[in-house]
Amino acid sequence: MHEMTPPPGAKAPVFYEQEDHAHGDGGTLFGFWLYLMGDCLIFAVLFATYGVLGRNYAAGPSGADLFDLRLVALNTSLLLLSSITYGFAMLEMGQQNVRKTLIWLAVTGLLGATFVSLELYEFAHMFREGATPQRSAFLSSFFALVGTHGLHVTVGIVWLVTLMVQVRRFGLIEDNQRRLMCLSMFWHFLDVVWIGVFTFVYLMGSMR
Amino acid sequence: MFSDSNLLQFIFGRLTIDAIPYHDPILVGTFLVVAVIGTAILAAITWYGKWGYLWREWFTSVDHKKIGIMYIVLAIVMLLRGFADAIMMITQKALAVGASEGYLPPHHYDQIFTAHGTIMIFFMAMPFVTGIMNYIMPLQIGARDVAFPFLNNFSFWMTVGGAILIMMSLFVGEFSRATWLAYPPLSGSAYSPGVGVDYYIWGLQIAGVGTTLSGINLIATIVKMRAPGMTMMKIPIFCWTTLCSNALIVTIFPVLTATLTLLALDRYVGTRFFTNDFGGNSMLYMNLIWIWGHPEVYVLILPAFGIFSEVVSTFCGKRLFGYTSMVYATAVIAVISWLVWLHHFFTMGSGASVNAFFGITTMIISIPTGAKVFNWLFTMYRGRIRFETPMIWVMGFIPTFVLGGLTGVLLAVPPADFVLHNSLFLVAHFHNVIIGGVVFGLFSGVNYWFPKAFGFKLDPFWGKVSFWCWLAGFWVVFTPIYALGLMGVTRRTQHFEDPSLQPYLLVAAFGAFIILAGILALLVQLAVSYFKRAQLRDTTGDPWHGRTLEWSTTSPPPPYNFAFTPVVHDLDAWWDMKNRGHDHPLEGFKPIHMPKNTSTGVFLAVLSTALGFALVWYIWWLAALSFVGLIAVAIHHTFNYNRDYYIPAEDVVRFESHRMAQPAGGA
Repeated sequence: MHEMTPPPGAKAPVFYEQEDHAHGDGGTLFGFWLYLMGDCLIFAVLFATYGVLGRNYAAGPSGADLFDLRLVALNTSLLLLSSITYGFAMLEMGQQNVRKTLIWLAVTGLLGATFVSLELYEFAHMFREGATPQRSAFLSSFFALVGTHGLHVTVGIVWLVTLMVQVRRFGLIEDNQRRLMCLSMFWHFLDVVWIGVFTFVYLMGSMR
Repeated sequence: MFSDSNLLQFIFGRLTIDAIPYHDPILVGTFLVVAVIGTAILAAITWYGKWGYLWREWFTSVDHKKIGIMYIVLAIVMLLRGFADAIMMITQKALAVGASEGYLPPHHYDQIFTAHGTIMIFFMAMPFVTGIMNYIMPLQIGARDVAFPFLNNFSFWMTVGGAILIMMSLFVGEFSRATWLAYPPLSGSAYSPGVGVDYYIWGLQIAGVGTTLSGINLIATIVKMRAPGMTMMKIPIFCWTTLCSNALIVTIFPVLTATLTLLALDRYVGTRFFTNDFGGNSMLYMNLIWIWGHPEVYVLILPAFGIFSEVVSTFCGKRLFGYTSMVYATAVIAVISWLVWLHHFFTMGSGASVNAFFGITTMIISIPTGAKVFNWLFTMYRGRIRFETPMIWVMGFIPTFVLGGLTGVLLAVPPADFVLHNSLFLVAHFHNVIIGGVVFGLFSGVNYWFPKAFGFKLDPFWGKVSFWCWLAGFWVVFTPIYALGLMGVTRRTQHFEDPSLQPYLLVAAFGAFIILAGILALLVQLAVSYFKRAQLRDTTGDPWHGRTLEWSTTSPPPPYNFAFTPVVHDLDAWWDMKNRGHDHPLEGFKPIHMPKNTSTGVFLAVLSTALGFALVWYIWWLAALSFVGLIAVAIHHTFNYNRDYYIPAEDVVRFESHRMAQPAGGA
């Protein structure tokens, strides 16, 4: 309980708190959650754009012509796996185990980097086939949606490396734990978005 | 082999000496005025040796109060720019009838109406509203700062960065001619190949980052940092409107960012999102931009409603009538504002059923808004109204805004809209609600809270002069514009063939000069109040007999706002404290935990502005450099863990000793 001003007279309630109360995390996790919801709306716009333009092939190639589902399935599993390994890192963080936290973070980062590399390989392949973003509105919206997701994963990797350096240097202090928690939300969020991309763009696109 | 022209192109991109409009006397004159005033200000700062002070105490400050004031200064500067555009437009219209061509060629006129809309919404109204929310909201909920003080500073400087890019387009290159929402295909590279639309895009993108982050910040502040005892239904109504307004910001600005990015991709990379060929769809842009655009006007008006509510209740000496219904009305307006966007293009082929849906949702919005008007009227009913400057703005607002709302309901009827779409009637309508609602609200708020921020009241005489000029000027301008709209005159017209329109336009132009007098009176009011500050001094911290917590601290408040966190028992917390005999503790001061100032926000915004400029002019080396710089500075900032400090108890005692000399608050 906080120590409070003694009430002047029996009826008047306490109007001032004289002890400082704990600030908690200052709302960082809540604020970051709000940011993620904003980011989610960016993806919503890109999904909507894909929904409107996704069949406007302009006599160019369609998804069924271009997508290699085996490659995408591999990539999807890599990204989903990276969410699990990030979860392991968080468990180790809870145990205050710096070394194991770093190992699992490194595994997560490698999986993420492989995901981005495979995506770039896929893009390069499509470019070679003449399926560039300028070719049709379908391809514009495809590259915008998938590319924005890939860009987010790339940013996530840069952030992850930064945090690994900070954890190594300063340990699992409260600030770093909070930061790892934010990146954790970010990373899982990207997974959820990817499930949408995989379903709506690749699976449904291949069926057309 | 690198020829000279290749090298120049590498260094300057498409920026050449021809981009400087030295052949246009209007722009050269403007430049000279800006240069003279700018040099005078910079010289004065240097002469008085104030750079260090400004840098340490203001530019790098993370104090929400100082950031709020800086936002409002930015807004007033941009108001002058936006108003200069307005008066040029209306005088051009009034002169360019029949044989006369006026003084603005179409190329220039189109830039002016685009700049006017863009500046007034993004760089006048938005910073003004954000500034007041920033300053007042944390004080009203008994907090010491916002949830993320550094982010707040960064947000402000990003807004400034965007404003600088827009202002730069005046003298380097040109601004967009594609209207304030840059509809494609007109804004695409095929029809707007110049730099104008690019200035527009990057100016808005940079400012948009600031706005989004500031929205997140203010929501987190209200949700997480309220004083003990302040449940959600006990927060002051202005904080509720701030909450709803920022909830809208966080949901719509990402949409704007994504939409403008797609437009930028069309222009820079040659994608086909909004093009006429290769499967592009420009109606997609209309929908996306208005999904941002319609809630945006509620982002602006909701905080203004909050200001009116606070002012009405204070100056009638009564609790706000129907607080609960006010809260629900605010929330309902926010929710429905997401569902009305299509009414901006009823004529663009959506079909009768879709138009009917959006027509009805639009009309429904008038119900909670009407409830608010009745709440204000019932608060005044049998109240002891004090006709101080903030209150007369409210009295001017209610009839003006009601009429603007009624013309809005008229426009919401799709068949009527088919007649009035893109006419001057629409222009008169939205100026009616934005000037009569938002601007009047902001001026009411400035007059109301100025003594809190600076420790002295604004001069009431010049305040009233400003009010009457604005009110009369507004109606003199927009009554003839309503009439012209009903006669079928379209907006954005640079020249009129029909001489019978000229009398209306001359009256409107005359009205614009009355508004100009109102703006000048506002500036005079600020100057006069400064010189008469000893006379207008507020020593109590509570000059208006206020009801909410911001009046419980000194004027201006100390950096930490409250030495002791107030405990809230009632909606009108400060009124309750005064009535039930609060005793401000005179001892037991503790060191106070505060965030440190930081210059990172300024650096990030400077780099972002450089990046925007480089992208506008295709200066790729500068773009790459500033982009890498941005990431490096951002990462470097995260390595600084030493971000806070304690104000020692002795300093708190020194701050508070002043107030202890006074009777605490005016009861």
